[in-house]
Amino acid sequence: MAAVASSTTSISIRKTTKTLTSCPPPSVSFLQSRSGRGLPPPMASAGTEVPLSAVPTEEIWNGSSRISAQRPDSFGRFGRFGGKYVPETLMHALTELEAAFRSLSGDDEFQKELGGILRDFVGRETPLYFAEQLTQHYKNSKGEGPLIFLKREDLNHTGAHKINNAVAQALLAKRIGKKRIIAETGAGQHGVATATVCARFGLQCVIYMGAQDMERQSLNVFRMRLLGAEVKAVHSGTATLKDATSEAIRDWVTNVETTHYILGSVAGPHPYPMMVRDFHAVIGKETRRQALEKWGGKPDVLVACVGGGSNAMGLFHEFVDDHDVRLIGVEAAGFGLESGKHAATLTKGEIGVLHGAMSYLLQDDDGQIIEPHSISAGLDYPGVGPEHSFLKDIGRAEYYSVTDDEALEAFKRLSRLEGIIPALETSHALAYLEKLCPTLPNGTKVVLNCSGRGDKDVHTALKLLQL
Amino acid sequence: MALSPFSCPSLLTPWNPNNLSCVSFSSYKPIYAPKSLTAMASLSRGGTVSISETFVRLREQGKVAFIPYITAGDPDLSTTSKALKILDSCGSDIIELGVPYSDPLADGPVIQAAATRALAKGANFNAIISMLHEVVPQVSCPIALFTYYNPILKRGVDYFMSAIQNVGVHGLVVPDVPLEETGNLRNAAAKHNIELVLLTTPTTPTYRMKEIAEASEGFVYLVSSVGVTGARSSVSMRVQSLLQDIKKVTNKPVAVGFGISKPEHVTQVAQWGADGVIVGSAMARILGEAESPEQGLKELEEFAKLLKAALP
Repeated sequence: MAAVASSTTSISIRKTTKTLTSCPPPSVSFLQSRSGRGLPPPMASAGTEVPLSAVPTEEIWNGSSRISAQRPDSFGRFGRFGGKYVPETLMHALTELEAAFRSLSGDDEFQKELGGILRDFVGRETPLYFAEQLTQHYKNSKGEGPLIFLKREDLNHTGAHKINNAVAQALLAKRIGKKRIIAETGAGQHGVATATVCARFGLQCVIYMGAQDMERQSLNVFRMRLLGAEVKAVHSGTATLKDATSEAIRDWVTNVETTHYILGSVAGPHPYPMMVRDFHAVIGKETRRQALEKWGGKPDVLVACVGGGSNAMGLFHEFVDDHDVRLIGVEAAGFGLESGKHAATLTKGEIGVLHGAMSYLLQDDDGQIIEPHSISAGLDYPGVGPEHSFLKDIGRAEYYSVTDDEALEAFKRLSRLEGIIPALETSHALAYLEKLCPTLPNGTKVVLNCSGRGDKDVHTALKLLQL
Repeated sequence: MALSPFSCPSLLTPWNPNNLSCVSFSSYKPIYAPKSLTAMASLSRGGTVSISETFVRLREQGKVAFIPYITAGDPDLSTTSKALKILDSCGSDIIELGVPYSDPLADGPVIQAAATRALAKGANFNAIISMLHEVVPQVSCPIALFTYYNPILKRGVDYFMSAIQNVGVHGLVVPDVPLEETGNLRNAAAKHNIELVLLTTPTTPTYRMKEIAEASEGFVYLVSSVGVTGARSSVSMRVQSLLQDIKKVTNKPVAVGFGISKPEHVTQVAQWGADGVIVGSAMARILGEAESPEQGLKELEEFAKLLKAALP
């Protein structure tokens, strides 16, 4: 009987596959394609835009050679990571969302509207800034060292990269007729970005935020309320980003027919990791063009902090197939990797399923999710985007971690050396320069994603830094 | 993913998955059987029949299944053990037992709080398995576990199924694994005679509902409303037409859950043609919010009798 049941099952699953893939195959839009991928270094002169040529399928790096495949596949898988582990109630909405995303990717009117808003409202493009003093700081006794550039996402409207995705998803929500928006937030940057775009587009906005984070980021709570959003405190579990995300998903399960969930990271069930990545891919695309303009080549090393991993994916995606570009993600080691109080999911986690996707997670022997810790609310998450897990496993990207104290030092250092107060999240990427720079050949071009500004963190730093 | 040894209930012998002969000195039948005896062991599990057979019997008698839910370990495992026996003696046809998880996405505040309390009290998989090992032989109705994918994955899907089969569990509901992702679970469940129950909801399109009904084992779990678990003041009229829709595509029994909390709800849902009703949050609330475990068990018994009496 079991054998019969299981054969019936496999047939029905195959049928399902067919049904799911019956929507048009993923043609690659400008949102998805990487501009310079696979091309020889363009001989473009300064100011010439690299053509955004569409290519039929994406290629993935399998560790030894390029194989032609979509990333993610039609099930939303990045290798073994990703997928859709959600209550059945959400499955139809996720399918609809994916179809809408794919159709809008090829919709010129949508792209034009999005491009206009990114330029005039968000303030793109953001500069690729040569951090001269920081570069000086890392020169050795012979006067040699890497050249450090900052991709200034902190100069976006609302002070972080998060708005790239929020603005695009809000436009998408309008197109699919959803007038109520929900979002989760950790540091409050995604919440502020979402509240901002909801104000701009006249959408109702509810933000879920852990009660502990509301205290750490009270300034952002006020900003969200000022922008007309309702901020709901989440007291369950550890009262941080993980619980805010769970609560936002529960709201979505309940109100899925009227509500769009603007998930703020490259995490969650498919299509979110792909969609959020593609909405942030503008970071990497601009970087490629700006690097060409500035030095006629590519960056050698990209560095970004990783909580869920959206700013890192936004920077990396464009360069994943450029194997001469090192990709480095920096996680939060909190009080130290051995302290048990950290958020270094890729470094110390194990494979599991959280918030709809299979990825690395911090969990105990019973599969219960462990409370993470980081000084930075935006990195204080026990999971990580599935594509990062994939990039780690195939060895394409490297992931390291820095402690709260190291991040605080970097926070102070950038403020003093460059007159830029970085977000505590960004400070983790900056702190890793201490270890990285001495190992790099003279003249190596490092682009670090300056993902957010640190005004929101002054309150936290005030308690910890003696100035 | 190492296999964690867990202790044999009421024995101090560590359970070794490679040597499944764990003999109890109590009057209970040995339930850890070598693989070759798996079939025999499953027949003797707690002296009960499978979930699908239970529905066949009920259908023959023109009855609707009463399926209460409680969270294991809330307020403590000893109370859970007593509650299982009480629910069984009050005429439960199947009992759904929640294995607490730290991030229960499909659950509303009542069951979330129950899980949080249970975990805080130290409920874990091994302890729950030990408790079931003692209780299942004393319970006549089949037990289905309700838990999330990560705790199963962490144990190892096959190990998990083997462990729950060995203590006499018959069914499993995993609300965060939709049809497309069930492959692993289904294979392991089939191997261990565990019926994997799938859920369909008001937002599920008809073609999916049909596929879910085909793949679901034991019964089809119809989620009554768009949302998470939790008591609601009334049952949506939509349930009537959803039941009709499912009945058009499957002969399998259909049980309705999420939001069913009162005798009038169960009567209504039975009249609409459901083969079973699942009452969760209302049960969990009684146990979780009682002044004492004894008081909670007393109220649970009264409430279960009331619900059972409201069903044909």
